[in-house]
Amino acid sequence: MIAIVDLEIGNFANVEKAISGRVTKDKKLIEKADKLVLPGVGNFGEAARSLDKLKGVILEQIETGVPFLGICLGMQLLFPSSSEASGKGLGVIQGEVKSLPENASPHIGWNQVFSNGGPDLLKGVSAGSYFYFVHSFYVQPDDSDLVTGTTEYRANNEVKEFASAVRSNNVYGVQFHPEKSSRKGLEVLQNFKEL
Amino acid sequence: MLAKRIVAALDIEEGRVVKGIQFEQIRDAGDPVELAVEYEREGIDELVFLDITASHEKRDILLDLVKEVSRKLYIPFTVGGGIRSVEGVRNLARNGADKVFMNTAAVDDPSLIEKSSKVLGSSNLVIAIDGKKTDSSWEVYTHGGRKPRGISAVDWAKRAERLGAGEILLTSMDTDGMKGGFDLELTSKVVNAVNIPVIASGGAGEPKHFQGAFEAGASAGLAASIFHYGEYSVNEVKSYLSQRGINVRPTD
Repeated sequence: MIAIVDLEIGNFANVEKAISGRVTKDKKLIEKADKLVLPGVGNFGEAARSLDKLKGVILEQIETGVPFLGICLGMQLLFPSSSEASGKGLGVIQGEVKSLPENASPHIGWNQVFSNGGPDLLKGVSAGSYFYFVHSFYVQPDDSDLVTGTTEYRANNEVKEFASAVRSNNVYGVQFHPEKSSRKGLEVLQNFKEL
Repeated sequence: MLAKRIVAALDIEEGRVVKGIQFEQIRDAGDPVELAVEYEREGIDELVFLDITASHEKRDILLDLVKEVSRKLYIPFTVGGGIRSVEGVRNLARNGADKVFMNTAAVDDPSLIEKSSKVLGSSNLVIAIDGKKTDSSWEVYTHGGRKPRGISAVDWAKRAERLGAGEILLTSMDTDGMKGGFDLELTSKVVNAVNIPVIASGGAGEPKHFQGAFEAGASAGLAASIFHYGEYSVNEVKSYLSQRGINVRPTD
């Protein structure tokens, strides 16, 4: 069973449908799950508070090697903290969550992810495929080897990039919303399901 | 790099699509869910549902529709029309709307923008502005374009951004329905006044009209009838744009 962790913000009915998962905040179900998805929209601080009660069981699951996918804010919650608001994330990936430059924020719409595909989550996703983004903050892992996908944006007429996909062992994070990225997004969700 | 978005709008009344939409593949042209899924298949980047249900008692039908759409659609969608309160915003979001737009209520009570953006996250609150040309500028109209409000569309967009709006859905009442192209002057004035994305709306009749809007700085172009009546497919519009060097998401 794939548990989609419910932080009571946002609606993930279509993720549930795409991966035949179960949206839940029941610790027992999360404990038993073969895979975990942490989707998220909204504010880091509020989400961190909702996550607090479930943190223990999630961290145990990650420790035992259960595949974990953080989506958007769920990816940012893999980090210890965020410059958006106070509150503690899971801290399973070290690094920072930073604000996009003011004139490039919020970053809304379809943008390209450059990745070498790799053998797992982004398998079959050709470099430059478009995914849907909506966010104002981005992650920067201390270890740049953890970055598995990057996305370019323009700020002050300068092209910059941020990490749009990360991986640390069994923990995956994507800044885009696979559940809002039509066919390409469904491929990513399917890849996760098949891990 | 971030792609320019092509957005289709559906007018909804009591849970049904109002204007007859002509898709050969669609059995029931009034079913918003079936139409939305078809639009996704055609490669539309985003959908906007405008609820025009007059009767207050029947407004819950919209929530059921939103719930159903959120289960079946894998692209972002925005819902608005007749929202009067933060509670209304919250209900739509809870039922699965990715973004919510407000028009009249925000003009009546601008503090709703601030409150709603806290509930939704500011990226997900869209302020819809209907503007009509006057001698010197564009005036904001509300109540479905019936009521002039004596404020400038450009100033209102700036204020909405300051209060927490994440996007502006900008409709020109002068060009709307005319199919002669978007109001590029208005679009560029608003784009230059704010940092947040502007969705140009009103007047799309041909693919080249989208090019105009994007060159004027719009992040997205919204259309209804050219797609609904099959005058152009989403793919035709996107191919036209991409041949002219405008970055759009391929329809694959």
